[in-house]
Amino acid sequence: MKKSTLSTLIVLSTLSSLSYASCDFKNTQEVKTISASFAAWKAVTNAMAECGHVSSTLDSEFKTKIGSALAANPSLYEVAGVANGTFVPLLNGGLIRPLDSLVKKYGQNLNPNQLIKVDGKIMAIAMMVNTQNFMYRKDIFEKLNLKVPTTWDEVLVDAEKIKKANLVEYPLGGAYESGWNLGLEFINIYLSYNANLFDGNQPSINNAAGIKTLEMMKKLSAYMDPEYLIADPTFVQKQLQHGKIAMANLWASRATAFDNKEESQVVGKVYMSATPKSIADGHPASTMWWDGITIAKNITDEQADNAFRVAMQGLNQDMVKKNMDDAIWLVKGYKPSRLSDGAIQNAINRTPSYPLNSKIGLMHSALGKDVSDYLTGQKTAEETLKEVEYNYITAAKESGLL
Amino acid sequence: MKNKTFFAFVSPSVIIMILFIAIPLVTVFLQSFYVTQTVYQTVKVETCTPSFPTSICTTTEKSVPVLDENNHPVTETVYVGLDTYKSVLETDKVSKLIDSGRFFDVFTNIDFYKALSFTLLFTLITLPLVLGVGLAIALAVNNVSKRMKGPVIFVSLLPFIITPIIGALSIKWLFVSNGLLTRVLEKITGHEISVFANSWSIELLMVFYRVWHVAPFAFVLFYAGLQSVNKDTLESAIIDGASRFERIRYVVIPHLMPLIYFVTLIHLMDTYRVFEEIIGFASQAHVISLQWLTYDFLEPDDTGNRAISSASASSMLTMVGIIILLAPVLKRTLRDQKKG
Repeated sequence: MKKSTLSTLIVLSTLSSLSYASCDFKNTQEVKTISASFAAWKAVTNAMAECGHVSSTLDSEFKTKIGSALAANPSLYEVAGVANGTFVPLLNGGLIRPLDSLVKKYGQNLNPNQLIKVDGKIMAIAMMVNTQNFMYRKDIFEKLNLKVPTTWDEVLVDAEKIKKANLVEYPLGGAYESGWNLGLEFINIYLSYNANLFDGNQPSINNAAGIKTLEMMKKLSAYMDPEYLIADPTFVQKQLQHGKIAMANLWASRATAFDNKEESQVVGKVYMSATPKSIADGHPASTMWWDGITIAKNITDEQADNAFRVAMQGLNQDMVKKNMDDAIWLVKGYKPSRLSDGAIQNAINRTPSYPLNSKIGLMHSALGKDVSDYLTGQKTAEETLKEVEYNYITAAKESGLL
Repeated sequence: MKNKTFFAFVSPSVIIMILFIAIPLVTVFLQSFYVTQTVYQTVKVETCTPSFPTSICTTTEKSVPVLDENNHPVTETVYVGLDTYKSVLETDKVSKLIDSGRFFDVFTNIDFYKALSFTLLFTLITLPLVLGVGLAIALAVNNVSKRMKGPVIFVSLLPFIITPIIGALSIKWLFVSNGLLTRVLEKITGHEISVFANSWSIELLMVFYRVWHVAPFAFVLFYAGLQSVNKDTLESAIIDGASRFERIRYVVIPHLMPLIYFVTLIHLMDTYRVFEEIIGFASQAHVISLQWLTYDFLEPDDTGNRAISSASASSMLTMVGIIILLAPVLKRTLRDQKKG
């Protein structure tokens, strides 16, 4: 997941063999891991490090190097942490190995829904899910007697009421930063109209659902901070933490930030629910994401065996118990809290998984670049969608998909 | 100097220039005529992804790369001639817009021309400002008392020391809606201020930031030039009754002319590649530049796709732009040198 293009945080934590506290065996072989850098990965890699001889690279821009690093022979890392998007190039490039036999050997404690299967073969082990879900200030909703909205149209009605009551600076927040974030917002709302992004490999967004999506985004943006086109998730999180907005559709992984007494002024006031739908019979306008581990192909079977065993130690109950609030864990021993309500509601309501294919990357980029032209009024809805399709087709031709 | 000694001195930098400038340039030039594509096949794949309480499994038709016996994706490289340039320049769309009488929409509707018009405007607006502000600081510093000179020079140089991208980010944080300066300005004016919500205000801030950042460079050069102004000429000008302005206009500026050309040259080259402001201000929704366009082609998306060929074509076009912009200045400098 692309969190920020600028901040690249690399934490190298080579733990010495001081403690084997919660590791079942003494690891003697070197195991190197690479993954994104956020709380959940820190928890997992720290738990792995307890086995000894583990060095972890946590890098928020890891996607730019992971492909080449795993294509090297022998691979530079044994364990690669991935998410929906970053999993695709590794899978397509044949850089990761099937894990069926290893799961049989060491995976007794895994939940069945942790296994990412492609064509019947287990290719990755998920550790957590993440999704954008609805977060709202319960105190404000109660004061104004508002019901939690289930569609975006209801959000607009509520936003108008909150605006009139003048309790917060802006009723609504949204991660509408042009680029990756804005592209995802479009995809979320568009898919909830039960519409398809593609027809085969051809784009098919220039339709009624596409226009409705753009119009909805524009209507919603009217209730946001006028600088919404530079609002990344961190910006929205801070707005909600500082009591400047009353509701937002934001990443579940950020939920704990609102109960963090050190930085939040709204402790205990933010509640979660499923993401509103675009139409009443749609699914929540969001996508499900997972993060998980894969094992490199270009290493010996023995190394893979050992690396997988160490990785399983990072995904055990002990780790979850110590880091309960850091993620919505799929690992056994996880107990959902008030803050994970929304994400679980999203899942139960069949929110689709963010697609696992290469064309979605091209579409996502094209949307991220062009949707803002409609929001700023430089193009009409139809012109914007045409431009997205044009940019998608150009990029798809260049990459060989078309 | 003997030829041999000269070459011995120069050869390391020549070698490095060939390795890191000439060769990459040639490869980028060649790459812009070729497209390397992955060979895809369409297969039915069942994928299971996690959810609560169970996984969601879906079967879809998917395009996946063909792998060779060594497990590497098969790629083909095809010669496409000027096709990539055409798609970057969107020539079809341009002729369509012109045919339908919407010539000016070319500069708002098509990325390349949008970037080009901003880049050119930005370059040409900041140039006189940088020269003027640089000269003003130099003249001012030249006239302060000797004791003050050191500290004043130090302070005026500070903006130049800051890394451009860090400077741009700091400016953004100061002027963003909940930023320090915005808060102060809102208190004073009583209005809500959203600098990053309109393209004109973003552009204004960019110009301000660039001038603030680059003027010290012009200042240092002009200040050095001022030290060698012929004192006799100045004194005779005073005796002849020339005003302060006339002395600057007829004595100081002609003396500084070669330096002014030099600063112009460097500034045009640097500013045409405007990039830090776009990234730092996250302004791509409102304002984009040519260099940002290249970066955007090159930046891999989540699933690892990047448009190397388009990026090469776009950077070649940027280079052509710089050469066209520099040609008159270079010509003038060469002519002056021949005379001198």
